[in-house]
Amino acid sequence: MRQPPFLAIILTPLLILGLATLLTWVERRLLGLWQDRYGPNRVGPGGMLQAVADGIKMLFKQDWIPPFADKGVFVLAPAIGMMTVLLSFAVIPATSLRSIAGNLNVGLLFILAMMGLGVYAVVLAGWASNSKYALLGGMRAAAQMISYEVFMGLSLMGVVMITGSFSLYDIVAAQSGLWFIVPQCLGFIVFLLAGIAETHRLPFDLPEGENELGAGFHTEYSGMKFGMFFLAEYAGIVLVSALVTTLYLGGWLGPFLPAAVWFVLKTGTLVAFFILLRAALPRPRYDQLMTLGWKVLLPLSLLNIAATGTILMLRAPE
Amino acid sequence: MLDTMRTLFLTFLHAFRHRVTIQYPEEKPYLPPRYRGRIILSRDPDGEERCVSCNLCAVACPVDCISLQKAEVEGRWYPEYFRINFSRCIFCGFCEEACPTYAIQLTPDFEMGEYVRQTLVYEKEDLLISGTGKYPDYSFYRVAGVRIAGKDWGESEHERPPVDLRTLLP
Repeated sequence: MRQPPFLAIILTPLLILGLATLLTWVERRLLGLWQDRYGPNRVGPGGMLQAVADGIKMLFKQDWIPPFADKGVFVLAPAIGMMTVLLSFAVIPATSLRSIAGNLNVGLLFILAMMGLGVYAVVLAGWASNSKYALLGGMRAAAQMISYEVFMGLSLMGVVMITGSFSLYDIVAAQSGLWFIVPQCLGFIVFLLAGIAETHRLPFDLPEGENELGAGFHTEYSGMKFGMFFLAEYAGIVLVSALVTTLYLGGWLGPFLPAAVWFVLKTGTLVAFFILLRAALPRPRYDQLMTLGWKVLLPLSLLNIAATGTILMLRAPE
Repeated sequence: MLDTMRTLFLTFLHAFRHRVTIQYPEEKPYLPPRYRGRIILSRDPDGEERCVSCNLCAVACPVDCISLQKAEVEGRWYPEYFRINFSRCIFCGFCEEACPTYAIQLTPDFEMGEYVRQTLVYEKEDLLISGTGKYPDYSFYRVAGVRIAGKDWGESEHERPPVDLRTLLP
């Protein structure tokens, strides 16, 4: 494994930020597509520069910190959100050669740790804002993300057990015969749902719940700090999609096309699926969300672990 | 779970549906003839102004955006000035309803955007059109029993000559 050039380390976060910006436009176009309208199609080719226009608008907005907010934490929270997501990308292998952190042998654990840290962004944002809606959003986010993190980790264990490694390279390499979505379909479903909840995307966007909480944890945020939460959310979508691709859909593996193309294709499809979820599904009630988590998904992921373990043990050479 | 999958699939199918959006500047929407847009002042079939400056439109206007002044030439009343402030107008059409001579009419044109607010005040020259609008054959002075130059009492359409009140003969 050769060391990635310094330039790649600089370019990757920029690329991901650009991608997240573009994704705001992609999402609006796709939502339009599924709602029998066009979406933003005026600025630039196909409306592509709409994201740039929004970015410029956001940059020139007043960067307001409410006088009642806890200033230090208020500023820190969006930075944490952005940082954890960007750091997670370091271990995602887009092709067999390219990943910033190289073949990190605890890659998966690193990502789970970063996602765990990501909770701090929303909780601290909600807490530091010092306003009721933000606090309610932050509390919801804390409960939702922590509980979904439990079986997010558990649902991955099946993959790790089969591969026998936490390295994302090894996990992809182990899928050369059969993608893990087939033997680990239960884990795939649980992980996908947990991933949606983790990025607090619709239908699990209760921390933001516009109609009851204003904007949830980022109610008090404006300007570029809000933009950072926004971009972190979209980068989070890309991250979860890339993760699902790596863990269950065979990563860069695929016939005919180059490895990177396969990776982008699979990730892109999943991102589109995320947006389709937003277009189609209503938001559940908060207790329904928690019930689904603890009473359905947790037993399912435990069952998955038990079944995988049993099969592995029976197949193991004496 | 199956319901959710069905919802997702049905929503996905919408990608192949007909778009409801009308791409406005390139593609104009259909506006019915009685659409209430820009206000005009029409002329009668003889090419004279229909407005008799009765002020009923100004009275009916709920936002007071119409202002006019009466003038008279040989028995014919006409507005000396007639002003509509379109930055106030709410396009309710009450002026059109109130008008006794079909002079003021609303048209299906709404593209009146301006950068300078003052230019939204339309004077009589801006409002007057050369045609008759929605009522091609109507002429107020032809049917009304008003004496004007070239038409005496009793010479209007469907009007009998005036009764001489000083005679007792049947």
